[in-house]
Amino acid sequence: MPSKSEKDLYTGQATTGHEWDGIQELNTPLPRWWLWLLYATIAWAIVYFILYPAIPGLSGYTKGVLGYSSRVEVEQKIAAARAAQGKFRQGIRDSSLADIRTNDQLLRFALAGGKAAFADNCAPCHGVGGTGNPGGYPSLADDDWLWGGKLEEIHETIRYGVRNEEDDTRISEMPVFGGEEDATLSPEQIADVAEFVLSLSKRSTDSAASARGAPLYKEHCATCHGATGQGDREQGAPRLSDAIWLRDGSKPGIVAQIAKPNMGAMPAWHARLDAETIKMLAVYVHALGGGE
Amino acid sequence: MSPDGSATLHDYGDAADIRSVREQKAAARAGAGAPPRPLNLYARRAQVYPRKVSGRFRSLKWAALLGLLGLYYVLPWVRWDRGPGAPDQAVLVDLNHERGYFFFIEIWPQEVYYLTGLLVLAAVGLFLATSLAGRVWCGYACPQTVWTDLFMWVERRVEGDRGARIRFDKQPWSAGKIGRKMAKHGAWLVIAFLTGGAWIMYFVDAPTVVRDFFAGAASESVYFFVGLFTATTYLLAGMAREQVCTFMCPWPRFQAAMLDEDSLVVTYNRHRGEPRGPHRKGQAWGETGHCIDCKQCVAVCPTGIDIRDGIQLECIGCGLCVDSCNEIMAKVGLPPNLIAFDTERRMAQRVAKEPLTYRLIRPRTVLYFLMLLGVAGLMVVSLATRDDQGVSVLHDRTLFVQLSSGAIQNSYDLKVLNKARATRHFDIAVEGLPGAGIVLVGRSTRPAIRVTVTAPPDGLGEYRLHLRAPAQSVTSPETKIRFVVTSEDGGTTVRESTFRGPKAANR
Repeated sequence: MPSKSEKDLYTGQATTGHEWDGIQELNTPLPRWWLWLLYATIAWAIVYFILYPAIPGLSGYTKGVLGYSSRVEVEQKIAAARAAQGKFRQGIRDSSLADIRTNDQLLRFALAGGKAAFADNCAPCHGVGGTGNPGGYPSLADDDWLWGGKLEEIHETIRYGVRNEEDDTRISEMPVFGGEEDATLSPEQIADVAEFVLSLSKRSTDSAASARGAPLYKEHCATCHGATGQGDREQGAPRLSDAIWLRDGSKPGIVAQIAKPNMGAMPAWHARLDAETIKMLAVYVHALGGGE
Repeated sequence: MSPDGSATLHDYGDAADIRSVREQKAAARAGAGAPPRPLNLYARRAQVYPRKVSGRFRSLKWAALLGLLGLYYVLPWVRWDRGPGAPDQAVLVDLNHERGYFFFIEIWPQEVYYLTGLLVLAAVGLFLATSLAGRVWCGYACPQTVWTDLFMWVERRVEGDRGARIRFDKQPWSAGKIGRKMAKHGAWLVIAFLTGGAWIMYFVDAPTVVRDFFAGAASESVYFFVGLFTATTYLLAGMAREQVCTFMCPWPRFQAAMLDEDSLVVTYNRHRGEPRGPHRKGQAWGETGHCIDCKQCVAVCPTGIDIRDGIQLECIGCGLCVDSCNEIMAKVGLPPNLIAFDTERRMAQRVAKEPLTYRLIRPRTVLYFLMLLGVAGLMVVSLATRDDQGVSVLHDRTLFVQLSSGAIQNSYDLKVLNKARATRHFDIAVEGLPGAGIVLVGRSTRPAIRVTVTAPPDGLGEYRLHLRAPAQSVTSPETKIRFVVTSEDGGTTVRESTFRGPKAANR
């Protein structure tokens, strides 16, 4: 606070005594009630400190006499949101998968719920948006399906998974054709079969080798992968005649797969997720791009 | 001065007792030769006791008050049929359902820029009015002024005019005084409730909320806001009054930037009035100025200033001092308008004995007018051409997927806003990608050139689309495409998007 207040020469008004380079500040007093308002807000702050959680300590904080907690509030809001969703969840539970898809409201709910559940549970392997990942994690956004792309088939796959300990799991196994001893096929034969497989998607560059591989394919592979490489969804045998490859589709890649097959596994979700979530997931995956 | 005029002057009380707020504060600070006191940054409020006055500007003010309050009360009751399911209130800000209604205009939340436009219009309009006629907004139309005026009228009815009120406040407390004070504050609270309550009618259907309010069936927030606005009206118009203008409102602080020497402002004709002083009977008017220092201009001022000090922040430009001075001038037999709505330029011209000129058209006013016209034109054009449908297209985060046939597929989330009050069908087609077909999730599994979606009335339809194109037509990693959405009544909206495909090396 400045020590000396003077009269301003021109206005006759008192100055605050502040001076900067010869410029003095006039004292224009605020109304007294303005000051009281400031005190009132301070008093209000003290009341607030008493009513609500306020002062942090070493192992906690003052709880306030109203017992308010923002965490409890959030939990209540979540519960309220769940309750508000109840109508839709009930609808999902009571409707068939096909009916969910044709009901605009249920479809929107299922797509949104499926998206959230997918991001939490499926995306680590199948990628965000179901684009798949290298190393045998299939894309769910294209129209090539290992175990079927109809709603019920997708639903089934999610519920029971692939090649796990469940009794109802989808299971199949590709035999090992190569190896050091007692191999079914010699390395040369494997190379010929691989060349024939390339010819199924019109990529063969060695017709002689392909011709040598044809009878071997018919004997060892056609049972599962089909005479024209169309695959078999009953056994999860991939189609070999299209442009989509679960693993490396080059000749060395195909050779390696025949000699010592890699097969993917997927957990069963029926014990981890509730029935509605799995239904929503099925609808969501079906809508990713390749649903049949 | 005529003997008659001299006699009537006595009715107005002793001029020495009338002091402006400024004088009172200065006197309080000076303290008649007292030793220097410690600096005080706060001061008691100097109470203003405006005297009743009549005249041209007072009549204008009453007319403005009645007109504006009338408009305020009548508007929520005006009905406007919008068909079933929609509110039939002409002016309604329906916060609960996120819609604004203004007669034939219906605003969605995302169109809140119309409100911005309205505010810009109001601001530029205020600038224009101020540059032409000074603070007419403050003096006549501002809610603070209108309600303060109304509250002062009530005060005069209960406690009497200026002199009576000053004496009344000085009286010791008695049952009679308490009764009168309670009557005044009671009346204020009733008015505050009626006005604060009326505000809610702009946000909820008026007839319903009035019925529910008194039946105790309105929502908690209705009671809260009615209470809040009752309290603020009572506080601002009853207690705070001119302090709102001088301490709280930002407008007085910068409105001077809109004024120039050709703006009409309330001014004291210093040249004619000075030297001021009491006028003795028989004295010739040539010796003294026309201001007889009766201070009636100060006595009627609602903000308690002395206009003879010149234009000042506290002056709200209501012109009541003009009425008051003219009353006196008529009584002392002098021409009116010693205090008048006048311009700086004309004041100077009077002194210089030049012909008086008034320039209405100035760069400033032209600029404000053009801005006003521009913004208003923009609003009208945008309102007239605005769609009753809105479309947004969002490409999937997944860039593209190659299908087993080699075809390329992109997926999109499409939203169609149907602003009509009926369910409508919209046709969706894509341009810019030959051979492309659309798959509508939930409706089709085979690609089609054109798909039809159904959007709910007054609502949003959300759809998921797959766009599938043969590999040979995808010639670039990024193809510009256009979604064309056509409503069943022909309105078309085009949204640009992209179709992504593999790089040339991978094709």
